[in-house]
Amino acid sequence: MPFTILKKQELVPTIYLMDINAPRIAKKAQPGQFVILRIDETGERIPLTIADFDRKKGTITMIFQAVGKTTTKLSTLKTGDAILDFIGPLGNPAHIENEGTVILVGGGVGVAPIFPQARAFKEAGNKVLSIIGARSANLLLWEDRMREVSDELYITTDDGTKEHHGFVTDIVKKILESGTKVDRVIAIGPPVMMRAVAGVTRPFNVKTVVSLNSIMVDGTGMCGACRVLVGNETKFACVDGPEFDAHLVDFTLLMNRLSMYQPEEKLAFEKYKCVREGCKC
Amino acid sequence: MLARQKMPQQDPKIRRANFKEVALGFSNEQAVEEAKRCLQCKKPKCVEGCPVEVKIPDFIKHVANGDFDSAIKEIKTVNALPAVCGRVCPQETQCEASCILKKKGEPVSIGRLERFVSDIELAKGVEKPQKPKPTGKKVAIVGSGPAGLTAAADLARMGHSVTIFEALHASGGVLTYGIPEFRLPKTIVNAEVEYVKKLGVTILLDSVIGKIETVDDLLLDFDAVFLGTGAGLPVFMNIDGENLNGVYSANEFLTRVNLMKSYRFPEYDTPVRKGKRVIVVGGGNVAMDSARCALRLGADEVTIVYRRGEEEMPARAEEIEHAKEEGIQFRLLTNPVRIHGDARNWVTHIECINMYLCEPDGSGRCKPMPLAGSEHKIEADVVIIAIGTSPNPLVPRTTSGLEMSKHGTVVAKENGETTKKGVYAGGDAVTGAATVISAMGAGKIAARAIDDYLKTK
Repeated sequence: MPFTILKKQELVPTIYLMDINAPRIAKKAQPGQFVILRIDETGERIPLTIADFDRKKGTITMIFQAVGKTTTKLSTLKTGDAILDFIGPLGNPAHIENEGTVILVGGGVGVAPIFPQARAFKEAGNKVLSIIGARSANLLLWEDRMREVSDELYITTDDGTKEHHGFVTDIVKKILESGTKVDRVIAIGPPVMMRAVAGVTRPFNVKTVVSLNSIMVDGTGMCGACRVLVGNETKFACVDGPEFDAHLVDFTLLMNRLSMYQPEEKLAFEKYKCVREGCKC
Repeated sequence: MLARQKMPQQDPKIRRANFKEVALGFSNEQAVEEAKRCLQCKKPKCVEGCPVEVKIPDFIKHVANGDFDSAIKEIKTVNALPAVCGRVCPQETQCEASCILKKKGEPVSIGRLERFVSDIELAKGVEKPQKPKPTGKKVAIVGSGPAGLTAAADLARMGHSVTIFEALHASGGVLTYGIPEFRLPKTIVNAEVEYVKKLGVTILLDSVIGKIETVDDLLLDFDAVFLGTGAGLPVFMNIDGENLNGVYSANEFLTRVNLMKSYRFPEYDTPVRKGKRVIVVGGGNVAMDSARCALRLGADEVTIVYRRGEEEMPARAEEIEHAKEEGIQFRLLTNPVRIHGDARNWVTHIECINMYLCEPDGSGRCKPMPLAGSEHKIEADVVIIAIGTSPNPLVPRTTSGLEMSKHGTVVAKENGETTKKGVYAGGDAVTGAATVISAMGAGKIAARAIDDYLKTK
């Protein structure tokens, strides 16, 4: 059963959407879960959060940014090509109930996994306040889809090219300081952003949830590569998470562990670019 | 008495830098000579020592007669994975331990003969096995490790339709992700898996049961389910510094090296940290495998740190011997108390304490106790924790009515029957981490029980 790419789209520069034919996974997928994929025989296994799923069509949508060798190679595949291995749905589903008012924060490519949660929280009867941010206006993802499922949508750009000039945390802080009763905050994005959101919500004592993007190999609890410290307890992001209480997560350790293979990642990417661009090194 | 044939092997100085198989296998002449040593006992003790009941004297007699085809046929009536068993079984504590020759000298090299005839067959191309009359009954097997493959092979031979669900992208379970290439080449594992497929077994890879489907889901489509989910959860020591960069569970280290082939990085994409000074904590086969992999990745010094003495090491004697020949250092009666790192979260050294042994504990081995004031530091840039594994809770957590022990193992009777109707289990999932062959034995026993159960359905 080949995991064929049914749709591929470059949403904004370097960020891609792919619909993968995976009916067995689509049947069970829930917001908050992820897949692990391996492009080909020599490929590595990488986790990607499920951005959407269609049980009828039997597809899983994933959105990824081409940053290293594997994601760049993935971005060169076309509609009709197939991925060798596609495993999921992994991790625990997001906890979605009618909480009252929830703030959903998506930063960069993190807007993709925030979307199905925003939709689910809306469907569960919550008032959904969404904040999506990007470095620049041209890198902003899924504004229209987010607007559809949000009661209020705020946009931030680091360079001020669209709406609020600054960070997503500025808006989170403004909402909390305005006295709006917020029952839950969910933030998905780069670790620095998630750490900053946790820092902003902590003094207000608002339950804050983040989705951790640790390095993984099997994704089933077998290797422990993804271990994170939550409330001083070691947890495996793959089976205990990926979502955790942001106020308990040791983000410094998370970031240190994410940098573990930086030299190797750089080497692999450079070699890949060399081969692709036909240099003689 | 004829002397036991010596196994030809790669020179330790050469093999410590490559991932090719260490033991090279008997020549035809050696195999026949070795087989002639067998006394052909009327009441063979060796068979009693074999968890899958291979008729050892019968197959050895064929080897002695130079009839290698009949030898492998004899083994394969009960054992679907002989090339694996011949390499990784702890023969010295099983079949060979009960060999009468051992009383006067050295036992017959049963394992090496098993390997020899399997390799001869694999080189020639395996004969397509005959398929029995279908019973119309369907069995799902969770996990394609030694227990699952054995149960699958036996159930297929009984005429049942068998589907294996494997979580990883390759079959074989621990044979693939755990045991390194130089001890068990993956071409051998793949060949054995191909044989099981030829028996009619379907293998669905990339299928994490408990996620993509639960056992309860499977029972809607299948008449019975066998859980051979193994003991894949790494155990850590719960000491300071275990989350430092450069500290691995043996599972992660071996999975990267074996399953993901990171020893061939960057040709293969998965990286692994190549340490210069590597410490492996533990005394089992997994510890030996990790140490020898680290050495082959280019370490200057690899040290095994083990809290008991050599006598108490659970690893196969041959593995310890091979590790020593290759230059692995052993620091026995030593236990880590803390792992230290630098500002960038990278491991720099481990702090250990010396141990002494006192009265035997519940495991029958002497309990190690720390020697106060003996704390010392050992430099390390990679630390691998190989102190054991426990069963993965993914399946039990998502299965209704399946009783678990407090150790996280599936509660099952001798025949593999669990507390859930139609669900059987065997191997490390039931016993906790043990050997390949005991898992195969459990798979075999469960297959019989499942067959009996299906007859009543």
